[in-house]
Amino acid sequence: MRLSGLQKEILSLYRQCLRACRSKPEAKQAHFRSFARNEFNKNMGIDKRDFGAIEFLLRKGRRQLEMYSSPGVKDIKSQ
Amino acid sequence: MAALRSTSTRALLASARPSSLRIAAAGPIRGFAQLADGAQQSNVAAGDQPAAKLKTFQIYRWNPDQPTEKPRMQSYTLDLNKTGPMVLDALIRIKNELDPTLTFRRSCREGICGSCAMNINGTNTLACLCRIPNEDSSEMKIYPLPHTYVVKDLVPDLTQFYKQYKSIKPYLQRDTPSPDGKEYRQTKEDRKKLDGLYECILCACCSTSCPSYWWNSEEYLGPAILLQSYRWIVDSRDERTAQRKDALNNSMSLYRCHTILNCTRTCPKGLNPGLAIAKIKKEMAFS
Repeated sequence: MRLSGLQKEILSLYRQCLRACRSKPEAKQAHFRSFARNEFNKNMGIDKRDFGAIEFLLRKGRRQLEMYSSPGVKDIKSQ
Repeated sequence: MAALRSTSTRALLASARPSSLRIAAAGPIRGFAQLADGAQQSNVAAGDQPAAKLKTFQIYRWNPDQPTEKPRMQSYTLDLNKTGPMVLDALIRIKNELDPTLTFRRSCREGICGSCAMNINGTNTLACLCRIPNEDSSEMKIYPLPHTYVVKDLVPDLTQFYKQYKSIKPYLQRDTPSPDGKEYRQTKEDRKKLDGLYECILCACCSTSCPSYWWNSEEYLGPAILLQSYRWIVDSRDERTAQRKDALNNSMSLYRCHTILNCTRTCPKGLNPGLAIAKIKKEMAFS
């Protein structure tokens, strides 16, 4: 399947999130992974032609990644 | 509000009656409440309550928690007789009385902080400095600053703007200490050069009104930042003038300004970013 540019960007963000988990303390890595998965799962149902919403969520995701990947964040709880 | 205040003071008085000392303490408060009540009563008795001057405000609404919902315009109608003269007063009143979910930034309400920059009837300006036009009864349209990412309703995301401001190093850079070990002194003429520059409050009205900045906001610095840049270039106390000019010497940072002069037209503080940019260009051309 050929992916659109937007889809590729989302997959790359997801990959970055999973990679960022590895820099966290080993005992808590599962928490970070489930948090990241959960954040993506929340918006699975969005129409793929709703570019405005997808681009906004992409920007929001990048901001969140930047925030949570700072070494000060030691643990996370997925809601 | 007055009614609320008077009932609460009356309750306070009733509970305080047994102790004479407390009544004395509550005296002035009661007097104050009575004054407000009396003023209102005389107003009603004279029957000079002017006819309601209704004005409709159409405000841009968008909630990030429902990203699939499209942005929409919501109308609010206010009686101008009960509202302050400025658009910010109206916004605060809408938030207090009609719709607490309306979101906007505000702080000083006197044009010093630059928080309430927004697009009002098609012009970028500060809501606290923009009068509600009294004569015409047409609707007012209020949008967030154009070509910015919206955080919520009227709140724009200015991260990029602040990053660019940081990139021009907006602080005094010196290596030599002052000759007498005190402040860095300036002649009156040198100080005069900073007039019209230091007043900028970085509200981003000018930058977001510039078409050139709309299309190249990643690389072009925009009028607000260039005005600040010039403020540090002309400062006689700064010793890195050459480096500052050098940083601007490329095709994007400065030379995307095509003297459209939207910045000068829109500036709510009456400054002239266009002139400052022209002066930078002149200095670059002659150095």
